[in-house]
This record gives sequence, structure tokens and C-alpha cells, in this order.
Amino acid sequence: MSVDVLVIAEAVAGEVPDVTYELLGKGRELSDGFSGELALVLAGEPSPQNLFGAADVLYSMSGMEAGYCAPQWEMSLGEVIRSAHPKVVLVSTGTVGIDLAGALATQFDGVLASYVIDAVMEGGSLVVTSQLYGGKLLSEVEIDSFPAVLSVVPGSFASDVGRVVGEPRREVIDVGGSLSSAKGIAIELREPDSSGVDITAAPLLVSVGRGIGSKENVELVAELAEAMKAPLSASRPVIDQGWLPKPHQVGKSGKKVKPTVYLAFGISGAPEHLEGMRSADVIIACNTDAKAPIFEVAHYGTTLDLFDLVPELTDQVGG
Amino acid sequence: MLVGVLETRKIFGGETETAKMVFYLLAVVVLAIFFTGLVKRVIEYNHGRRPASFSWLRRRDARDIPEVSERPKFASSLVTIAANKTVTKSRKKVGISHLLLFWGFIGLFLATSILSLDYDILGNASRFITGHTYSFFQGPFYLGYNAVFDLAGLAALVGTVLLVYRRWFSREIQLDYTRAQRPEGGYSRAKIVIGDQVFVVGLLLILITGILIQGLRIDGEGFPSFERWTWLGYLVGKGLVTLGVGSAGARAIHAWLWWVHVGMALAFVAYIPWSKAWHMLASPTNLAVRDLATTRRIPAPPEGKTGYDSIDDFTPRELLGFDSCTKCGRCHAVCPARTAGAPLSPRDFILDLRQWVDRSRHIPLLLDTETRPVASGPLAGDGQLVGDVIVDKTLWSCTTCMACVEICPVGIEHVPTIVQLRRSLVDRGEMDPTLQSALQNIATQGNSFGKSARMRARWTKGLDFPIVDARKEHVEYLWFLGDFASFDERLMSISQTLAKVLNASGVSFGILFDDERNAGNDVRRVGEEGLFEMLVEQNMEAFSKASFDKIFTTDPHTFNTLRNEYPSFGLDKPVLHYSELLAILMFTEEVAPRSLGRRVTYHDPCYLGRYNRIFDTPRAVIAGLGCDLVEMPRHGANSFCCGAGGGRIWMDDSYLEERPSVNRIKEAQGLGVDYFVVACPKDYAMFSDAVKTVGIEDSLKVIDIVELFAEATEATELVDV
Amino acid sequence: MRIVVAMRQLADLVEELEVNDEGTDIDREFVKFVSNEWDEAALEEALTLKDELGATVTVVALDEPDVDQTLYAALAKGADRVVKLTGNDPDTWVRSRERAQRLASFLAGESFDLLLTGVQAADDLDGQLAGILGSLLEVPHAAVVVGVEGSDSKVRVIQEMGGGLLGVSELDLPAVLGIQAAKQTPRYAPISRIRQAMQTGEISEHEVELSDASAQVKVRRLYPPESTGAGATMLKGSPKEVAAEIIEIIKSKGLV
Ligand SMILES: Cc1cc2nc3c(=O)[nH]c(=O)nc-3n(C[C@H](O)[C@H](O)[C@H](O)COP(=O)(O)OP(=O)(O)OC[C@H]3O[C@@H](n4cnc5c(N)ncnc54)[C@H](O)[C@@H]3O)c2cc1C
Ligand code: SF4
Ligand code: SF4
Repeated sequence: MSVDVLVIAEAVAGEVPDVTYELLGKGRELSDGFSGELALVLAGEPSPQNLFGAADVLYSMSGMEAGYCAPQWEMSLGEVIRSAHPKVVLVSTGTVGIDLAGALATQFDGVLASYVIDAVMEGGSLVVTSQLYGGKLLSEVEIDSFPAVLSVVPGSFASDVGRVVGEPRREVIDVGGSLSSAKGIAIELREPDSSGVDITAAPLLVSVGRGIGSKENVELVAELAEAMKAPLSASRPVIDQGWLPKPHQVGKSGKKVKPTVYLAFGISGAPEHLEGMRSADVIIACNTDAKAPIFEVAHYGTTLDLFDLVPELTDQVGG
Repeated sequence: MLVGVLETRKIFGGETETAKMVFYLLAVVVLAIFFTGLVKRVIEYNHGRRPASFSWLRRRDARDIPEVSERPKFASSLVTIAANKTVTKSRKKVGISHLLLFWGFIGLFLATSILSLDYDILGNASRFITGHTYSFFQGPFYLGYNAVFDLAGLAALVGTVLLVYRRWFSREIQLDYTRAQRPEGGYSRAKIVIGDQVFVVGLLLILITGILIQGLRIDGEGFPSFERWTWLGYLVGKGLVTLGVGSAGARAIHAWLWWVHVGMALAFVAYIPWSKAWHMLASPTNLAVRDLATTRRIPAPPEGKTGYDSIDDFTPRELLGFDSCTKCGRCHAVCPARTAGAPLSPRDFILDLRQWVDRSRHIPLLLDTETRPVASGPLAGDGQLVGDVIVDKTLWSCTTCMACVEICPVGIEHVPTIVQLRRSLVDRGEMDPTLQSALQNIATQGNSFGKSARMRARWTKGLDFPIVDARKEHVEYLWFLGDFASFDERLMSISQTLAKVLNASGVSFGILFDDERNAGNDVRRVGEEGLFEMLVEQNMEAFSKASFDKIFTTDPHTFNTLRNEYPSFGLDKPVLHYSELLAILMFTEEVAPRSLGRRVTYHDPCYLGRYNRIFDTPRAVIAGLGCDLVEMPRHGANSFCCGAGGGRIWMDDSYLEERPSVNRIKEAQGLGVDYFVVACPKDYAMFSDAVKTVGIEDSLKVIDIVELFAEATEATELVDV
Repeated sequence: MRIVVAMRQLADLVEELEVNDEGTDIDREFVKFVSNEWDEAALEEALTLKDELGATVTVVALDEPDVDQTLYAALAKGADRVVKLTGNDPDTWVRSRERAQRLASFLAGESFDLLLTGVQAADDLDGQLAGILGSLLEVPHAAVVVGVEGSDSKVRVIQEMGGGLLGVSELDLPAVLGIQAAKQTPRYAPISRIRQAMQTGEISEHEVELSDASAQVKVRRLYPPESTGAGATMLKGSPKEVAAEIIEIIKSKGLV
């Protein structure tokens, strides 16, 4: 059997992200549709060893330098694709996908669909739904010539389907030899600098408002933020009181943020605040006042007391 | 007439010819120093940039902005100056002291001039022509002269003593020289304090010695009875006698004290152009040529430039203004930026510019200067005007509330100069990121909210009657809402309320829908003149598509620019504020509101009150609604800014110690009122936030005047039904 | 250093977007077009590099609605030259592949060290420009770039790898970079300067003929997502249950 679907694991720092399992799950479904094999390609040795059972084949690219260098990855993945010859390549719209999906599609003269949130087989062709204009519109594309590269928005598919215990067939492809001709070198991977908060760049924000009551209580939400590895942001009164420094402020006179998820605790949703965060993909608000305007823009809401909810969340995330 | 004794006295106290010579020589030197300074300064003013139309000198017809232009006729300027109106306006006691001093010294100056006329001119001329020395300084003239000018002496003395007393003992914020913007290497204003003291104490000493020598002379002459007319000197002389100074002693003391007096007086004259005393000439001149219209209608940038960045950009009037500042500190006291702890004090702003100009033009100020251990800002030679001499944050802190201009006794206009300097910052792209995004939004979408222009009329949704499109149908009033009333969620319902009130009263009104753009009042004051012009073009284009008789606005800022600035771009329709429209409805009895019987206070928006002198109309409306208006201590022309103006609403204000809006709410807190009535959308946004910050949102409700109006009128309708 | 910045126009997302009658594209007639915000970051990065190292900055864009505005603004901000590529229909959706081909055709006659463009645009259905263009020109490329340090023959780029992790690498020149964020927020171009640029500046036009326009992905349908209805879905239950639900929602977005 030939490989029909190839999933690119974006395990740059060694750790396999959640989205790779999402792609594996979807890839399984698609390769079954083609009645071919599903392959996963990974830089270096697989770890964890036994969670890639959804795939039939596992390509390990060996001889890659530590760190990340786009031309090197492009070259290595090119080699894998040349030898595996897949119909469909799945990658996410993370850095690797944005870097390489277009280049690989061009190189192999394939079609590319980006910002994919759904893909199904219809007869012999692939019907792909993408999110355009910041999610304001969806587009439906029919792909009937292959190879095709799909760059998928993380969170579009369930990841548990792809997390199957098992040992796929291993193939090691040594890319080390050819890398010297790549037009770039990796220098290093830098750990996030936690000192300077940048609330505008984070995909998840834990935000707190005057409802928190005091500086000491802010600590409570800070713990949650830490557990979620998300920066802490706030409405203006929290900044005014000196409970958090100014770079944390969201809103008209603070920063405009557009995270994937915005968690708001004890924030009423004044226009000046909404101005800064209303374009977040998902807004989850906790406010004891069911009539608070924040619920008009929030996607999910709860009228629980934040002092009950926050410790519970911290527990569950930590646990 | 029988003349027993000749009623006169000897000039020069009977000194010798040598003494006379010495005096004249000194006088010549003094006048030379004085005129050198005077000429230097006048040349300096003359250096100033002439704005295109010379309007700073020629008073153009101000028909386009009638009652706010305050460009007084020359005669009324003279009255203002003569009566010290601007000095007395906000501070009665100080003003009256100054008035006494002012007229006292003018009197004494006249006295000296008359003497000189008689002795130096008439005397010498007559001797030269006829060989005989004539003098009118005798007889009844002499008696009247003394009686009158002694009065002047006394007035000057009283005024000066009061002012010296205030300088020494007052702890008012006005006289606190602490800078609002603290330079890094520190600074000292000790020399300024010394300068102040030299000025007032110097005047006092000149006066005291002058009165003493009069007394000594009369004592020395043995109290001739006609000298009773010289009542002050006579009394002082009698006093000296009781102190044991006899006739001979008096003559001896007089001989040298006369020189002390004359020496000090001459030194003072020489000192004038090189010190604070220069304001004696500069300030009245400044008042005479002032043109308060420039604050309401910001002047264009210098020809071929985008804003001020060099000394050559200042106009003669601005330069004269800097020199006119007496450091009275009134603007410093009322400035909301200074009050809030921002690094801006209009007084320091003017002083810094003055020092910098004097330094750059090599006009030495003897005292009256700030000193710094490390030369910086206005004291360094190499700095940029915008950024070093006046730092960015100082410029950005101004709310353009005009309180400084309103209160300045010498007619300085701080705001236009601040805007001219801001223009350079905008040109360099140096501004708060939030301000930048607001400007970008205005440039692309036409509103500061960054919403689509098509959303501008979204507030009309949910009204059960259609709002007329003034582009399609003729209306009496074109309603120009402005950004806040159109886009701010909280304010949209107030716009609806106003629409309902107007609709119920059968007013013919319409809006421009998506063609309305930000009117640009604050854009202009931020210093983005290019964008302002673009907005004017777009709005004028929209006006040309519509058919209407008058305009009314929600926003006082919009009101100001449409009323005062748009006419120079071709707008020729009357512009009203909605509070005026409410008053019209009420007083033409279109509606009969019921009496609400509430205790309320009212906040005058800067751009409605100070800028456009609409103080009484909103108050009349409030009274007409049966509300009991309790005034805040700062109200009317002295109203305290909410902090939003001049584009401040788009900038970060977290560096303030206390927001002006909070300061204001605290002022209202003690009045025992239920409602804090506003007539401006930005005020509503600022104050409804501030009552929360103060924590009194339950006891003090911020309410728009039209909401109050609706509360009173809707009930009427219910009764009618 | 010679820097080329590729910019483009995009329907303003602030506007309500409507779909055309065929249901295959947005209705381009009434929407407002503005420059792509990430391209603005790319321009800013180029201008910062110019300030730091000395460089010439050329801005190039396809013929799209109101593109002149963007080009004049670029001049006002300090670009040395602006070029408009003509030959495309300004009123149709130019896909990333075609855009890259047009730019490549122009760049064939340009010598440059760095090409900067925005990391993405809201309508790049068939992929992000930097990767495609890099591949067409056969030069190294990298996207999601948040830092650029230039030298004579190499460029050091910092890429955001997700989770705050930064990847640092060095690429040979010339290179194509997709900029995520510049070192500072894009500078402000005062309107008076833009107007001045309109009077004195010049947009050079360059016609591009595409001989082999490659096959494009065909859009079958473009439609707005079903609205979830105004207002929040209220989560009910004990703190424990609500917390679990919230974590589920966050997880479903690939976070935590
Ligand atoms: C010019 C201007 C600029 C401004 N800029 C900004 C800005 O950039 N950013 C900004 O945020 N604001 C800004 N504001 C202030 C803004 O108007 C609001 O005052 C502010 O956003 C309110 O903050 P908040 O929601 O935290 O506080 P509040 O409005 O006081 O809301 C607190 C909320 O917490 C809820 N609550 C209380 N206890 C609990 C509990 N135990 N559990 C759950 N919920 C609870 C309450 O029901 C309430 O809804 C600006 C205002 C102005 C005038
Ligand atoms: S206009 Fe207002 S804020 Fe500005 S300097 Fe004058 S008093 Fe201060
Ligand atoms: S500017 Fe005017 S109000 Fe301010 S200190 Fe000087 S004289 Fe007084």
C-alpha cells in the first residue's frame, strides 16, 4: 500500500503538540477514505514512543540540527515527501505550517488550502472548509488533483481520536548529508522571556477586573494564570489601584488584544474595555451580575462567584 | 493777588550745581540702559514670524464668531487695562491691591513727568529764549499738585504693602514655584524668588524713602503753612518731629536720603527691561493686542511647515506674551493637568519658553531665572525646541481646557502655542500608541472607534420612528452627533433619548448617516492638522449633499469647531448645541415639562462654557425642569475640566496621580445632590467612570441633561394620555 | 542593503463583508480596502532596518483598490521607491500563488537582499505569501518573524514558535521573510506628509504579464458561519462542573 496522507509533526523542541494528534485523527479518516496508509513525519526520535498508533508509518528524519531553521526543514520534508509520495499533506497553521505549506505545495506543484477547519472525502475528491477574513466567512473548496497540502487551524478536530497506543512501522530518513547545502543554519531556541509581559501576543489570556476586590486577591488569579501558562491581564481599575502594572491593561487606554481565548473574571464589560478585547475568538466571562454587559460579547458565561470558580480551575488545570 | 510767600519748593532739594550735573549724568546713563533693553526686546518681538494676515495687529472683523471672539475694541482694552479688570477678575483682594499700586505709580510717574516738564523743559527753554526762567510749579498749581499726588503716593504704598505681605506670608499654590515637570539633574528657582522680592521690596523702598524725604523737607523748612496741602509729607514731618528729628537734623538727613531715593529710583528704571518689571510695559501692551479668538480657532502652522520647531516660528504676539507673564501662578493653580500631577504647568511652560528665547537671543535676565546644576531644557544651548526645551509629555498632558487662557491676567494664550508645538511631534510620528491608533481610525474610518462608517447610524436601531436622512429630504436642523454619541454603547441610548424628545416635539431634524465624519476639533488640537483639513473637506462635502437650515451638535467639541473653525472653510449655517435646542423647546412652550424637584449640580463642559460662553442656557433648562441647582465651587468660566479634551481621551492617563474627573466628582460629592448633570458625551463617559472610582455610583448619578429633560417630559405625555 | 517590501490591499475587516451573487467571493463593489496590517509591520521593520543600517526600501504592490493610498503613505513614512504592478484585474480576488508569481516576475529584474512581507493576510486561502514566493525564487524564507538583524551576507531571524518559544536562525541572502511583528508599532504617517507625497512623490508602474497562470483552488462556496446568536451561552452547575467545562473549551482550542 502507498502512503496517502502524511501528517507533519511540529515537534520543534521535542515535544509533540496537541494539534499533531488532531491531524492524526483526521488523517486516519482521510486515508481510510483513500484506502491508503497514514504516515507521520517527525524530526528525530519519537517521544512519547507509543502514542502514534493511529499512523501506519512513522518517518523519523535523522541528522537534523537542534533548533529550527526553515530552509533545513523545507529540504528535509521535501526528501520525505519525495520518497513517501502522499496525496495529502496535513500540517497546522502554526509556524511550521505557515513557513512550509506554501513552499512545499509550490515545490511539488500541488494545491494548498490554508486555515482549514474541516475536510471530508466526497467521492474521489476532498472537500475542504477554510476560515477566511478572520472567521467572518467560511469557504468551501473542492480538491480533485493531488498532491494537496492542508494547513489546519489548531482546535478544529478532536485530538483524542488521534491519540492511539501502538507502534507504527518505522522508517528513518537520513537528511543530515544534504543539509549542508541548505541556505541557512539554526542558531538556538530561546525560552520565553517571562519578565516582559506581552499580553498582545498570547493565545490565552486570564484577565481580572475590579470584582477581585484587592491586591492580595489578584494573587488568586495569578496562580490560575501561571497554571495555564497564560499571562495575566486586567481592566483599568486594577491598574489604577496599582494591583498590576500598566503593561497588563486591556482596553481603550491599554492594549488591544486578540487571543484565541480570553477569560474575564469580575469585569463588567465597559465599552472602553470591550474595545480592547472584543475580537478575541472565544470570550469566557465570570461575573456575579447576570446583567453585566460583558455577557453580550462573551461566548460563554457564568454567574458563579469568581472566588469559587478560580481555585477550582487552578486545581483542575494543575491536576 | 497778594503773594506773601511763594508757594513752591526747590527742585533737587536745593542741591548744588555739581549735584545737578551728577544727577543728569546718571539719568542719561539710566535712560540709555533702559532704552537699550527696550529696543532689544522690541527688536526681538519684531523678529517674530508674521502670520499670513498680520491679524495679530489688525483687528479683523470678527463677525464669524460673534460673542466668543472677545476681540475688544481698542477703547475697551484700555478700560480693561485701566481698571485692571483681568487682574481683579478671579481674585478680588489681589486685584484691588494691584489696582492701588498700578494707579499709585502711574500718579507718581505723572508727578515726576510734570516736574520734569516744568523744570527741564519749560525752565531751560524760557531761559534760553527770554533769558528769564519761567516755572508753573508754584502757587495754587503747586498746592493742588501736592495734594493730588500725595494721594497717589499713599495708594501706591498701601497696594505695595499688601502685595509684599502676600508674597511673604501666602502659602497659596499660585506662589509655589515647584515645577510640574522636574528636570533630571534638578533645578533651583531661588533667583526667581529673589527677583520677585527685589521687584516688590524695591518698589516699597522707593516709595518709603520718597515719602520720608517729603516729610524731612517740610520739617527742614519749618512747616510753612501752605505745605499743609502736601498733607502726607506734612503728617510724616510732624511724625518725625515727635520722634525728635528737629529742623536741622531733618535737613541733614534729607541731604543724603534724597540721594538714596533718587539712586534707587534711577536704578529701578534701568532694571526694568532686564527683569520681571518689564511686565509693567509688556503686559498692558499684550492685553491691548490680544486676540482670544486664536484659542477657539487654532491658527494654521507657519507657512511651509507643519508646526513649530524653531525660535523663528513664534509670532510677535507670542513673544510679547512670554515677556508679559508675571508668574502670578493663576494658570498653574487652575490647570487640570498640573492638578492631576502631570508634568505640565502653563506657567512653567511660558517661563521656560521665555528663558529659552532670552537665552537664544542673548537678552540677559538679571534675576528671575531658573538655574540648574546641569544645564538642560530651556537652559541648555543645544536642545530642540520640541522634546528638550518643552518635553513631549508636557505637551501631551494639556487637555486644551482653556482654563489658563481664561484666568491669565495679562492675556497670554497658552493653548495655540501648545498645539503648534504638538504639531511637530505629530509630524515626527512621536505619540502614544493609543493616540496613533485613534488617528489612524479617524483617517481610515472617519471615527476614533475604528468602526465602519456604515455603523454610524446603528444607534437609531430600535427607535419606533425613522430618522430623516438629511441628504434626501430637507430638514430644519441637521444633527451632527460626533463619534461618542454615535458609537459608544452607553451613549447610544442617550442619543436615542434626544431623538425621542425631538421627535415628540415635532422638531424637523435629520442626520448624515454614514457621511458624517469626526468633526476634527480634537484632531486639530492634538496637532494633526493634515487630518483635520481632510475631515473638514469630507464634512463640507457631506454638508453640500444635505439640505438643512441650521446645525446642532451633541458634542461641545464638535460644536466649537463647527461654529468657530468651519466658517473659514466655507460653512455658513448657524450652529447650536443641543442644550440650546432643549431651551428653545422649553421656552417656546413646545413642551411643558413637569417639575422634577431634584437637587442637582451641573458641570460646564470646557468647549461649551469657557470656549463658547454658553453658561446660562443649560442652567435655564435645569431650572425649567424644576430642579434645584447647587453649584460646585468651580463653575461657569471657572469650571474644572473632566480631562478628556484636546485628544487626551485617546491617550494613556495612568501616570496621573488623580484623574481630573475624579477630582471633579470629589468636588461634587459634598454638595448633597442626587444628580451630576452633564451636557457632553465625553463628560458622561469620564464621570460615570469617575463616580465608580470614587465609589459613590449609588449616591451620585451622572445624567445627561436630555435624560433629565425626558424624565420630565415623558411624564407629561403620560398625564396627557 | 536593498530591501523590497511587498504590500497589498485587503477588504477592511471592520466592514460588514457581503458575498457576491455567485457566492464565490466577497462583494468587492462596496467594501473599503485598506492595507494589510501585517504588511504595515513588514514596512515598519524595513524602515527600522533602514534607520539602523542604511538601506534602500522599495515597496511593491499589485494593482488593487486604493493601493495608491498605501503606496503614498509608504513614501511619506520613508520608503525610497514605490512600484505598482499592473496587469491583474484590480477587482478580483488574486490568490497567493498568482500574487507570488506576479511578484516573482517583477523581482527577476530587481536585485535585492531582503524581501519583507506580512506573515499572512485574512484571505490567503491558498497559503501565505512568503513561503510561496521564497520557493518560486528559490531563496531561503521564514515566516512568523518577530526579529530581523541584518548583516552583509546573512540575516538573523527570530521566529515565534508557539508557546512563547523563539527560534533563532541565520539565512543566506537574499531571503524572503514573513513579518509577524516589527520592533516597534508601525509609525504614523501624518496626513500632511501623505498629501505632500501625493503631490511630489511618484508611483512607478510595472506591467506584469503572466503566461502560465497556474491552476487555482476553486471556491465552491463562500458563506458566513452560522451565528451562535447574540449573548453568551451560560454555563450551569457547580464550580467544579463549570470549571471542567471551561477547561474543555480552552482545550478544544488547542490551548493549555
Ligand atoms: C477615557 C477612558 C478610557 C478608559 N480606558 C479603559 C481601558 O483601557 N481598559 C479598561 O478596562 N477600562 C477603561 N476605562 C474604564 C472603564 O470605563 C470601566 O470603568 C472599567 O473598564 C471597569 O472595570 P471593571 O469591569 O474591572 O470594573 P467594574 O465595572 O466595577 O466591574 C466589576 C465587575 O465585577 C463583578 N464582580 C464583583 N464581584 C465579583 C465576584 N466575586 N465574582 C465575579 N464577579 C464579580 C461585578 O458584578 C462587576 O460587573 C476607561 C474609561 C475612560 C473614561
Ligand atoms: S488648557 Fe487646560 S490643561 Fe492645557 S495648560 Fe491650560 S489649563 Fe492646563
Ligand atoms: S501665564 Fe498668565 S496666569 Fe500664568 S503665571 Fe503667567 S501671567 Fe499668570
